[in-house]
Amino acid sequence: MTEKLQEFVEKLKSLNPAWVTDVIEGHGEVTLMVPGESIVDVCRFMKVEQGFDLLADLCGADRGPEEDPRFEVDYHLFSTKHHNRLRLKVLLSEDDPHVMTVTQIWKTANWHERETYDLLGVIFDGHPDLRRILLPSDFDGHALRKDYPLRGYEPYSLN
Amino acid sequence: MGLENTLFESLPDVVTVKLDAVVNWARKSSIWPATFGLACCAIEMMNTVSARNDLSRFGAETFRASPRQADVMIVSGRVSRKMAPVLRRIYDQMPEPKWVISMGACATSGGVFDNYAIVQGVDKVVPVDIYVPGCPPRPEMLVHAITMLQEKIMKESVKDRRDTFEAESRESIVPGTLPVTEGTALERETEIEVAQNQVSRPYTIPSRHERRRSS
Repeated sequence: MTEKLQEFVEKLKSLNPAWVTDVIEGHGEVTLMVPGESIVDVCRFMKVEQGFDLLADLCGADRGPEEDPRFEVDYHLFSTKHHNRLRLKVLLSEDDPHVMTVTQIWKTANWHERETYDLLGVIFDGHPDLRRILLPSDFDGHALRKDYPLRGYEPYSLN
Repeated sequence: MGLENTLFESLPDVVTVKLDAVVNWARKSSIWPATFGLACCAIEMMNTVSARNDLSRFGAETFRASPRQADVMIVSGRVSRKMAPVLRRIYDQMPEPKWVISMGACATSGGVFDNYAIVQGVDKVVPVDIYVPGCPPRPEMLVHAITMLQEKIMKESVKDRRDTFEAESRESIVPGTLPVTEGTALERETEIEVAQNQVSRPYTIPSRHERRRSS
């Protein structure tokens, strides 16, 4: 971890130790594990105080139906001021795949969250317009879930 | 002068011929394709009309951006599930007589994309006249498909190609992402049949024209 990033992480930890449950380093990238309920506070702090003004990407992942927690939501932050990158990660259980939206912090999160909802079924509470964006609006299920059949459900797949 | 004089001297004033032969000859000599480039096959389709292959030799080089002016829809590429209603609507907007060429493995059968996102053959959405195999087919194959279509047109009868009534042609069924209308009598019948017989709902309800052609 570079000194600069170290500084950011330490600052975040010192403000509220509960905000960061784990710090993972690998391939020159830094990932902070954040509890789901505090993601909005962390994101706002990162943007306003730390200068991470660009949400480069917001995506989700399905770790598999046998995993618990099953889903994760990744926030890829970038700063156009000091050119550092940081990743925040929230883990969500299959029974309760809810996380607060960050659209009020970065406007670009709107479509990214819609995509994550569309493909994985993660529900972003407080999102202004949470509906499908890539798949057709009458689609059944969430296509990027590991247990989604490749050919889809009948008669939807037209096979 | 040349040909005119020769013809004028050798032919009688009145020639009798089957109406079908004349009309079909006129139709096949000027097939205007609608551009429906969906994927990599579209690159080969563009090549077909370019200098080397020159589809205009067969009278089919005038690609139309508007389906209202097109005769044949060349579906070149994989049709995604979300694109299917759009494709169907464009087909419905084409006036009779109209034909469809399914170009390439993906448009014909889904190709390598055997998954939830891709329609497994465009013939599930529109009736297809000519299938062109290949991944992608060479431009020569598309030229061959056009000439095959011309042969097919010559065998048709004018009676088969009456335009659908305006009221019916506007009843295009648009499931999914496009705004859905009130529903036609045919749609309501289908819904009742689906509910009663527990059969799967057809993707689109064939128009009178398609029902006639398949029977």
